[in-house]
Amino acid sequence: MRVTFTANGREVEADDVWEGESLLFMLRERLGLPGSKNACEQGECGSCTVYLDGAPVCSCLVAAGQVQDREVRTVEGLADPEGGLDDVQQAFVDAGAVQCGFCTPGLLVQSHDLLERNPQPSDNDIREALSGNLCRCTGYEKIMDAVRLASARKCSSSEVSQ
Amino acid sequence: MEFLRPATWDEALAAKAEHPSALPISGGTDVMVELNFDRHRPSALLDLNRISELTAWESGRFEGQEGEVIRLGAAVPYARITRELSTELPGLSLAGNTVGSPQIRNRGSVGGNLGGASPAGDAHPALLAAGRDVLVEAESVRGTRLIPIDEFYVGVKRNSLEPDELIRAVRIPVADGPQQFSKIGTRNAMVIAVCAFGIALHPKNGTVGTGIGSAAPTPRRAVEAEEFIAGELADRGLWQSGGLIGPAAIQRFGELVAAAASPIDDVRGTAAYRRHALAVMARRTLTWTWNEYTQSLRSAA
Repeated sequence: MRVTFTANGREVEADDVWEGESLLFMLRERLGLPGSKNACEQGECGSCTVYLDGAPVCSCLVAAGQVQDREVRTVEGLADPEGGLDDVQQAFVDAGAVQCGFCTPGLLVQSHDLLERNPQPSDNDIREALSGNLCRCTGYEKIMDAVRLASARKCSSSEVSQ
Repeated sequence: MEFLRPATWDEALAAKAEHPSALPISGGTDVMVELNFDRHRPSALLDLNRISELTAWESGRFEGQEGEVIRLGAAVPYARITRELSTELPGLSLAGNTVGSPQIRNRGSVGGNLGGASPAGDAHPALLAAGRDVLVEAESVRGTRLIPIDEFYVGVKRNSLEPDELIRAVRIPVADGPQQFSKIGTRNAMVIAVCAFGIALHPKNGTVGTGIGSAAPTPRRAVEAEEFIAGELADRGLWQSGGLIGPAAIQRFGELVAAAASPIDDVRGTAAYRRHALAVMARRTLTWTWNEYTQSLRSAA
């Protein structure tokens, strides 16, 4: 079947999609968007997290056909083509929150959503928000640092603009 | 495989009538796992994401149920239940908040738990505890059937839906007393319950509701424990006095809950551990809800 939807603000179309295929497979294999990673295929690891109509979801657990006419934003859509990396991405780089990098795309989308909803999360809020994202290098402390850093920068830049 | 994408509820019912073996998919958090691992290859998927009624809830009064009722659309995701209904449905909202991870809670719903009817579904203990008048609204082109929650679960991953029926909503009475939910797992997120327990105090009719998860072929209530504790509370005038239940009765309640389960040994835990943990959770959650109830009595006085 054919699936038409919006990916990172751009209308896209995938052909010959198998009916039982996941959104993750369609993004990676048919649309050239390999940022979202495929690991557990059962919603355990969070590496495939994308926004679907503004809510973060595991793209391995969404059937490709379900996103017809809907809006998907992947890790590739976080950075501004003009302005460079998103605050969360820059903070992950600066805090050294990346080891092998496989879990990073999912963590970026999930952290991005957390800071959109709650720009000043407590450590507990961060742990809860990231509880569905596994890092097998166990770089969690640096990941916590990165989210705290992104939060601090977000808050100071919004104070400046006020 | 076919991919059926009805735009309206009537179209969905017609599609299910025409393709009774089609597997409904909404959040996909269970269905897609089966597909990704090729454990199950249905003849068709019936996508319910476009049907907006399923993600809405309303409160009102309904025949056959006392007081205010929440009619919860089958596909309202757990994240929204916890955000929007924690006062009206505290037990379900607590249970929902233990489902998977934030990503899973943005997609998973009570309709999915009911459709899958896994004994480990987190919503079931809370639904059972909420009362015997919790009703599952099953609909087909033939009409609507209201299935009492106690008649809904019929076997391991089997429910009492007919092949042409879809779950439209669940009607759950608004809580008239404190409710709690407790679940055992290896960590706080991303766990399938080793076992789980839900409890609801119903001061209006002097009953106590319970629900056991992951410790029997189906979710089930602990009938004897419910009757025992309701008898204690009534005989000793505790609903009025707000006095202490006392360790002997709390202990007995835990034992009866454990006795109501028929758990098995499996990869997640042994039968003996499950029984033990159920007794502990039953004692704790009874104490928590009772403390909350007595505090509400005192602050009302």
